[in-house]
Amino acid sequence: MMDNKKMAGMGKYESIIGLEAHLELETATKMFCGCRLSFGEEKNINTCPVCLGHPGSLPVLNRKALEYAIKVALALNCRINERTIFHRKNYFYPDMPKNYQISQYDMPLGVEGYLEVNMGDYVRRVGITRVHMEEDAGKLIHTGATGRISESGGSIVDFNRAGTPLIEIVTEPDIRTAEEAKAYMTGLRNLLLYLDVSNCSMEEGSLRCDANVSIRTEGEKGLGTKTEIKNLNSFKFLQKGLEYEIKRQEKLLDSGKQVIQQTRHFDNNSGTTKALRSKEEAHDYRYFPEPDLVPIIIDINMVESIKGSIGELPQRKAHRYGEELGLTPYDAGFMAGDRRTAAYFEKCLECFDDAKAVANWIMGDFSALSNKEKMHIADSRVTPEALCRLLKILQGGSISIKIAKTVFEEMFRTGRDPGVIIEEKGLEQISDSGELEALIDKVIEGNPGPVKQYREGKRKAIGFLIGKVMAATKGKANPKIVNEIMKKKLG
Amino acid sequence: MEAKEVSCREITSSVLSRIEEVDGDINAYIRVEKERALKHADGIDARIAKGEKLEDFTGIPIGIKDNICTKGINTTCASKILDNYIPIYDAGVIQKLNSQDYILTGKLNMDEFAMGSSNENSFFGPVSNPWDTSRVPGGSSGGPAASVAAGEAVCSLGSDTGGSIRQPASLCGVVGFKPTYGLVSRYGLVAFASSLDQIGPFTRDMEDCAALLNIICGHDRRDSTSLDVEVPDYKGFLRDDIKGMKIGVPSQLMAAGIDPEVKGAVDSALNLALDMGAEVEEISIPNLEYALNVYYIVAPSEASSNLSRFDGVRYGYRDRSASTLRSMYRKTRTRGFGDEVKRRIMIGTYCLSAGYYDAYYEKALKVRTLLRRDFDRAFSTYDVLISPTSPTTAFRKGEKMDDPLTMYMCDICTIPVNLAGLPAVSIPAGISGENLPIGLHIIGNALREDNVIRMAYTLEKAIGFKDIPDL
Amino acid sequence: MRISREDVKHIAKLAELEFSDREIDKITPQLDRILEHVARISAVNTGDVEPASHVLDVNNVFRQDVPSQTVSREDALKNAPLEEEGGFRVPRID
Repeated sequence: MMDNKKMAGMGKYESIIGLEAHLELETATKMFCGCRLSFGEEKNINTCPVCLGHPGSLPVLNRKALEYAIKVALALNCRINERTIFHRKNYFYPDMPKNYQISQYDMPLGVEGYLEVNMGDYVRRVGITRVHMEEDAGKLIHTGATGRISESGGSIVDFNRAGTPLIEIVTEPDIRTAEEAKAYMTGLRNLLLYLDVSNCSMEEGSLRCDANVSIRTEGEKGLGTKTEIKNLNSFKFLQKGLEYEIKRQEKLLDSGKQVIQQTRHFDNNSGTTKALRSKEEAHDYRYFPEPDLVPIIIDINMVESIKGSIGELPQRKAHRYGEELGLTPYDAGFMAGDRRTAAYFEKCLECFDDAKAVANWIMGDFSALSNKEKMHIADSRVTPEALCRLLKILQGGSISIKIAKTVFEEMFRTGRDPGVIIEEKGLEQISDSGELEALIDKVIEGNPGPVKQYREGKRKAIGFLIGKVMAATKGKANPKIVNEIMKKKLG
Repeated sequence: MEAKEVSCREITSSVLSRIEEVDGDINAYIRVEKERALKHADGIDARIAKGEKLEDFTGIPIGIKDNICTKGINTTCASKILDNYIPIYDAGVIQKLNSQDYILTGKLNMDEFAMGSSNENSFFGPVSNPWDTSRVPGGSSGGPAASVAAGEAVCSLGSDTGGSIRQPASLCGVVGFKPTYGLVSRYGLVAFASSLDQIGPFTRDMEDCAALLNIICGHDRRDSTSLDVEVPDYKGFLRDDIKGMKIGVPSQLMAAGIDPEVKGAVDSALNLALDMGAEVEEISIPNLEYALNVYYIVAPSEASSNLSRFDGVRYGYRDRSASTLRSMYRKTRTRGFGDEVKRRIMIGTYCLSAGYYDAYYEKALKVRTLLRRDFDRAFSTYDVLISPTSPTTAFRKGEKMDDPLTMYMCDICTIPVNLAGLPAVSIPAGISGENLPIGLHIIGNALREDNVIRMAYTLEKAIGFKDIPDL
Repeated sequence: MRISREDVKHIAKLAELEFSDREIDKITPQLDRILEHVARISAVNTGDVEPASHVLDVNNVFRQDVPSQTVSREDALKNAPLEEEGGFRVPRID
């Protein structure tokens, strides 16, 4: 693989990690019925015969869910299968209204994609095996104090979530460290947020992640026995869980024992993984094509139109900002990383051509103020045009940076035009040499001590004198010009 | 009724009285909705009094097979596991009938979950054939067939997955029609085998049949397998003329195993057809030999998955003695399902399981493709295909219960039709020496109900079957 | 012999059904006979024919992403064998 570099050897073992992510789509309705998606309402309030699995109910596919799924697959560079069908995955569990899940099996929506993960000094290209669509199950609330199945007397089922559209994204076992895994999920999340298909929150459960881990001695070709790790519900826990599991497997092999293939549950509190108590037989899901749904034929027009709606993805955009606008990788990454920031940035460039200046301003004061108000810069009162006007004024030299910051704060607070603010408050810089000369003469006259010190070689004394000029003008004097004139007069 | 020659209440009462009179012996009904029906009839009489115009089926007492969901009225599928289930919605076809303001007489008995050919697999006891109550009415729509034969309903709706409308129609001497797959919404039909199930009418004659088809056929967005096509006026195909129509008779369906009297009746009908200017030719459809095998893999497989939802969690029967989830699942399903249902779930689970899927399920689907092609080829030459509906007349209760395979053979003529998704009808073609009806099976190409109706109507007139059971 | 007693036990587990030993004695030969019969399709030369997983020649049936009527919570729970706190109560998961 081209851009991959192995991390410096972590002892004699190499870890092989594959990740399976599930993404809850933010459509208006469920995958196969017209029920709304739920956000923590009372149980069973958004249900119907279909998502309750009533006898005689039938599924009908949500078109928007399909479009979002194609979007995700395209963004992950997948090949879109022209013909894709749904399969039934059969197993019994109380959160399953039909005791089978409508999912996809051997004809998924997208295959053979990749996501490049920037690790700083190298790039890990993570292969995407498949992207497919399926429906979510309901929620189980286990009675009993701890809420754990093993300690409860029973459970209560809520089907609000049942039928929510899900996208499953499976990677090739290309990931080599826990850190890479975290970086992959972060990168994946940023990409998915960019596509505007989900709010991608691991804490809320709209982005979920399971990991498959195995280790092998370096140089070995075959794969070791893998374990599946579940309950990794934050980036931090993902990394911790993997680090623990890798160490656990290494310890096993070191002491001559074997890794058992099993599903392990990550425990947040102890930071360890524990084998699930249930004696798990390998599931026989008896997959077969879903007879209640017809095949989906995806033609080139549909793909092109969805591609068009994605627009330029962040990685390409950042690259372009670097090449065409000369932004540093960090600045380019910041501007391109968020769709709305990028749009705002590009709007500014329509009326002001110093990209670096715009970027600095957005990354600096603008972001600081917006973050404090918990809003996006695009939702603030400062329009791209207004920001441009401020920058033009600053470029023209009629105000100092310090004044500009003050003006911007006012713009942010009130949405008023910078020109108006400057005039009203009389903040224009005094650059007229005539006016300044007179003032400077006055200061020189009134401060013989520092003047003498300067003339005697103490160059720093000029600071005091300039300060006096600034004070007399309430900061509006153009410091550069004052400096020039002062130096000339002092000799 | 519009002419005020008879009131809706009178019609409804007479049907209800008939039910009271004979259903003790027939057991066609799981549940009779007497009060509701009478009240509804009064309401319709009030509409008539106001001079309102009536639709074809306004005020007509119709029975509904108990696997079609009727909101607020128990829908049991003749199973213990749904004995107490009250649907929270109406099936698509029920909504269509409601817009006609029909009168529901009650829910009709059937083989449990539509699995059977004799209506002996019902939690509510077997149905008896009105022609001879020691014999079966056929299945799985035994109740719908028997009720129409015995005058316990003007017409009824049943479902057909492998012959479950046509075979009982044949054994009970009534008309039973299975439309092209996708023409009638399956929304609200409790699924047995999703790719094979279709709802269809039972009537006394082809005229009523065509009228009822007009009502129940049509696109339903809630069913992804529902065809988005314009529904013609099926009454328009009630033409007494088959001159020039080409009839194919598949030799595989007239082979050994067909009762000589049944064969005789079919041959008779074919001669009538010849007399009326149709062409009759024997054809060979080799893959028909495997249709039964394919069906008994595909249907149980889909059923095993469709019936997974019956687990005691959200509705229906739940075994209360179980203290853990898995034992609740197992006890509920084992006690809630009858033997035939469990047998088919086992067959289906096996055929889909790891290691067997390719040889059984996938292979069966490939043979299904071949069978479909065979039919396509046949219909490029012929307008309809004709065969007996059932190899025999009504057999005695208990006669075929020992060996499931023997029972399965009852559907040998009807099954291929479902596998190919074609329309077909069974019309009464004669009576046997034992005074038992014989059915004639007419098959058309997909969406060619016009040919089927035309042939059936003409032959019905020519045959002139006027017998009724002696109850 | 296509299906053994052990097979029957395994399949029953997958299907969440249970049979007593006597029932297994009865049902195993029945299932075996049926499977034996249906397995005759292996004789058919299917070559590279596509399996007919869908009967209709219809593709791309969708619905718009617009909310339609849900049922009331009351109706959702109407048939519940055991309801608790607005949800469906099930015994301890084993």
